[in-house]
Amino acid sequence: MKPFLEIADLHAWYGESHVLHGVNMTVGEGEMVTILGRNGVGKTTTLRTIIGILRERRGRIVLGGKDMMDVPLHRTAHHGIGFVPEERGIFSTLTVEENLMLPPVVASGGMSLDEIFELFPNLHERRSSPGTKLSGGEQQMLAMARILRTGVRVLLLDEPTEGLAPVIVQRIGEVLKKLKERGMTVLLVEQNFRFASKIADRFYLMDHGQIVGTFPVSELPDQMGMLNKVLGV
Amino acid sequence: MTHAAQPSPVAEPVRNTKNAATVQIAFLLAGTLLLVLAPLFFYPIFLMKILCFALFACAFNLLLGYTGLLSFGHATFFGGAAYFTAHAVKEWGLPVELGILVGVAGAAALGLIMGFFAIRRQGIYFAMITLALSQMFFFFCLQAGFTHGEDGIQSVPRGDLLGFIDLNSSTNMYYFVLAVFVIGMVVIWRFINSPFGMILKSIRENEQRAISLGYSVARYKLGAFVMSAALAGLAGAMKALVFQFATLTDVAWQMSGEVILMTLLGGIGTLIGPIFGAGLVVTLQNYLATSDFPVTIITGVVFMVCVLVFRRGIIGEFYASRLGRRLGFQHRR
Amino acid sequence: MTTIFGIPLAALFGQLLIGLINGSFYALLSLGLAVIFGLLRVINFAHGAQYMLGAFVAYLLLQYIGIGYWPALIVAPLIVGAFGALVERFLLSRLYNLDPLYGLLFTFGMALAIEGTFRYFYGASGQPYAPPALLTGGTNLGFMFLPNYRGWVVVVSLIVCIGTWLLIEKTKIGSYLRAATENSTLVQSFGINVPMLLTLTYGLGAALAAFAGVLAAPIYQVSPLMGSNIIIVVFAVVVVGGMGSIMGAIITGYVLGVAEGLTKVFYPEASNIVVFVIMAIVLLLRPAGLFGRDG
Repeated sequence: MKPFLEIADLHAWYGESHVLHGVNMTVGEGEMVTILGRNGVGKTTTLRTIIGILRERRGRIVLGGKDMMDVPLHRTAHHGIGFVPEERGIFSTLTVEENLMLPPVVASGGMSLDEIFELFPNLHERRSSPGTKLSGGEQQMLAMARILRTGVRVLLLDEPTEGLAPVIVQRIGEVLKKLKERGMTVLLVEQNFRFASKIADRFYLMDHGQIVGTFPVSELPDQMGMLNKVLGV
Repeated sequence: MTHAAQPSPVAEPVRNTKNAATVQIAFLLAGTLLLVLAPLFFYPIFLMKILCFALFACAFNLLLGYTGLLSFGHATFFGGAAYFTAHAVKEWGLPVELGILVGVAGAAALGLIMGFFAIRRQGIYFAMITLALSQMFFFFCLQAGFTHGEDGIQSVPRGDLLGFIDLNSSTNMYYFVLAVFVIGMVVIWRFINSPFGMILKSIRENEQRAISLGYSVARYKLGAFVMSAALAGLAGAMKALVFQFATLTDVAWQMSGEVILMTLLGGIGTLIGPIFGAGLVVTLQNYLATSDFPVTIITGVVFMVCVLVFRRGIIGEFYASRLGRRLGFQHRR
Repeated sequence: MTTIFGIPLAALFGQLLIGLINGSFYALLSLGLAVIFGLLRVINFAHGAQYMLGAFVAYLLLQYIGIGYWPALIVAPLIVGAFGALVERFLLSRLYNLDPLYGLLFTFGMALAIEGTFRYFYGASGQPYAPPALLTGGTNLGFMFLPNYRGWVVVVSLIVCIGTWLLIEKTKIGSYLRAATENSTLVQSFGINVPMLLTLTYGLGAALAAFAGVLAAPIYQVSPLMGSNIIIVVFAVVVVGGMGSIMGAIITGYVLGVAEGLTKVFYPEASNIVVFVIMAIVLLLRPAGLFGRDG
């Protein structure tokens, strides 16, 4: 598989504390990759650094052949990468529809509004209520939907299932499968191991700000021992 | 975008090392000697003006530098005390000492009132509230009878200190002002190093933590506000005696702006910085008084430059410089 | 003559009108302050100076190039807005990572410098600026005589206030602004040029102030001090209203203007300070302000 997103020797800092210590990973085009790891090992930071929110960084980030290190934050999306943060980032002073329409379309091939409303019928129903009046699950759907509309090819998803009821988690899984069928490249951070094992093609294991292992989903049964050790499950 | 801790406008106070203590004492002695000998070289009235404003700026810095509260209304205490003292000495015929006491008490009372309202909000709202309330006091002074409106209180008698030192002699008056200044500085120094001052510092650094530690933050802020107002009042009372008048200029918002500039220029949160700031601003004003070039333009530009590139101020920069550090001073931004 | 509480009705309506006029300016100015503060977290002390600049640009356009009131109503805000945008882009933007108090101090310095410059060249006294020919004279409304120009000021400032509110609450660019106010980093990660948005917002705020200044020119004369006189009252207005709500800023502006006008009728000595007194009362009863959402 052709690597679409390449990260090499990525370091990042929060002020004086050094949080990423040389992360290396690649994500192929159309691949769905999950980063596993305990709390506080740098998974979220990795996503925030790739997208460019965390700018005290060093190393290489290449997206579709383009070096992203010097691209300012407000230009990153235009290179075809979208980010859904853990806290979802739904705006309370915007209606559902305004939230949905907020991110500019950066490339063709994104979902149309009709497609989005078909995939997430609740959003259509509640399109004129304030964004934060939605339930947690609906907010997560909205956060994903608004990025899907923009036509980005790579999606960075931070813990999409956190705090959600099982039936909603299942729904998000279905959505992610659909995205995969459409050829979307996804880099996912997930604590819910069962959920991740159903949708991911490959896993990266992270510890202390570094990648400590990678394996495809087919090797999952053989890797359980190591996983238990690193994740402490 | 970095997520480093946001630098506060308030600089870290100087931390003493043994070396710094020696150097400080040396500087202190040299400074005192200079001030004692200064009338030989400069007009006493000019020096007294600097001392009054220096005390005013240090009092203001007590609030901004050590409590993190930006008051835009300190003219009220400075100018208010000037009116009270002038009125007490001239109309009631009180001796100077009591006149000053009236001014200081009045300023403290005004501080209690203004502080009571202002501490209900923080940050920029605090600044706006103090500005608005001080404008209210300005209008009061404009209309109240005892201030004589636009004319101000003129020819305020200086009288005799302790009944036998004639303050009409400018030399006597100078040493009196110097003594009051030194007393004021000692009070400030004691205050910021007292347990009360330490708690203020911890409030400035992390208000939530101070609240969770059980401190009544509002009461401490109010205490600092009243203390700062009283000392600003002391400066204003002295100014009324030095110049022998009290006018609307001293209660106008421009005066509040001036004292902020002096503090910013000298170094927010440094004990002696505001003295230098005051000296510089007063000198500049005196220099420009003879030309028709308006002081406000310079003041405004200096303000902008300070905020953009010179936030530590003169003394703050000195502490942070190589020489300053070699002498044992520490100054974190 | 008809009277109410012993006050001639005509005098009452006259003061009400003056209150409404002042309220229009308070509303326009506090609206601009709220818009700027919402996104930039800067209290724009130079807002009064920008209001004064608007009036002066109109005056200078007429004096030197013969451009009259109507074009000036558009041109002066554009000039002042562009100046504001430049200031934001090159100077103010350097202060965003610092304590918001620095923004206040910087714009305070800017206000002093601008005001000082105009005082140096034009003195402290006011320059007359005639209302446009179309709006001279007045209309007898039966219960009072309404100078046409003042009627125009009330109407047009109301339109501009509501227009600005619609721009922010109902348009696409307004949704960018609201979203960036909540979480500018995330909005930026969506590919929206937030630094540009900040520049435009400050420019818009400055332009609104300048617009108010042009409106004020025929009423109050054009004076370097007109800005600092009004800005402190406007600060009290935003403390009362709280800056979390655009509509709140507008309503508070009008209400306090009218309250001031009424005070002039019943207790003239207090009319200068009534806004401050109301501010103090609001601080006691509702410290966050009437429409406040943030501390």
